[in-house]
Amino acid sequence: MKLSRLAPVLLAALLLVPWPGLAMDPASPLADPEQQALYERLTHEVRCLVCQNQTIGDSSAPLAADLRREIRQMIESGRSEEEIKVFLLERYGDFVLYRPRFKSSTAALWLAPLLLLVAGGLGLRRIIRRRAALPVPSEDEEAPSTTARE
Amino acid sequence: MTAATEGRAKVWRFLLPVGVFALLVAVFLAGLGKDPTRVPSPLVGKPAPEFNLPRLDDPTRSLTRADLLGKTSLVNVWGTWCAGCREEHDTLLALARDSGIPIYGINWKDDQQLAREWLATLGNPYVAVGVDQDGRTAIDWGVYGAPETFLIAPDGTVLYKHIAPITLDVWQKQFLPRIAAAGAVR
Repeated sequence: MKLSRLAPVLLAALLLVPWPGLAMDPASPLADPEQQALYERLTHEVRCLVCQNQTIGDSSAPLAADLRREIRQMIESGRSEEEIKVFLLERYGDFVLYRPRFKSSTAALWLAPLLLLVAGGLGLRRIIRRRAALPVPSEDEEAPSTTARE
Repeated sequence: MTAATEGRAKVWRFLLPVGVFALLVAVFLAGLGKDPTRVPSPLVGKPAPEFNLPRLDDPTRSLTRADLLGKTSLVNVWGTWCAGCREEHDTLLALARDSGIPIYGINWKDDQQLAREWLATLGNPYVAVGVDQDGRTAIDWGVYGAPETFLIAPDGTVLYKHIAPITLDVWQKQFLPRIAAAGAVR
């Protein structure tokens, strides 16, 4: 009896747990806040290829830990964001970045949504134009209903 | 609207959705047979990465990229923790025996004692095994899931990478034609 009344309270208490704080990365932050920001940015943009829908910042896979360590060391040795991304791209390919580079092999990926939007827009325009060009009688049909609503 | 244009519009109203549907079916059918966990390696066609690893049988000696050169070879990434590696082990033994192509192993993030026992019990298909304890060489090779097998040309170029256990079928369909082609260039 009591337990069933307690259950919602316990469930609500779960909301207070700082889940994002329980991230997989146990490493202590880098001394330089700017470097730490770069580290966080990179680990949340690099895909963990073992568990493909996670970033290496979210993954507990051993490979993700290795890559975090590698990125950390590269940042500490002063390599730029671009250099680190190229390092990863040369080894793991475009798929390793959640936002792949725009190039011929990824063009379809980047442009398809735009093309679909344009195609949809054109289709919509045609339909609207055609409806606008419909003969007048439709107005007569609508008139009673508008008066009825008033 | 004339009857002709109206007729054409009707045909389009039919053809367009059917066309779009056919296109979608084609895209999905093409994707259906693909395994998204197999990511193509950007290393194919490029020189194999440099490495220098202590050997499993004798840590005072090392296995390096230079050891691969001069002959078409295989580089197999494995670990005793990897079920797929156990699965392909007999195939590797058969290849080591019959193919005439040297197989080099990279023991990836493994317990060395277990690795040595594994080779002693199951048989050793490798000419030499390098120990990649911290996984750094594996990163340089773009390894993300053992077993992975690389085909290396005599000049050190990566010809092909196979992810997942190697089978005789894979060997015949994927490796042999590439080995033959590389041999013809040489």
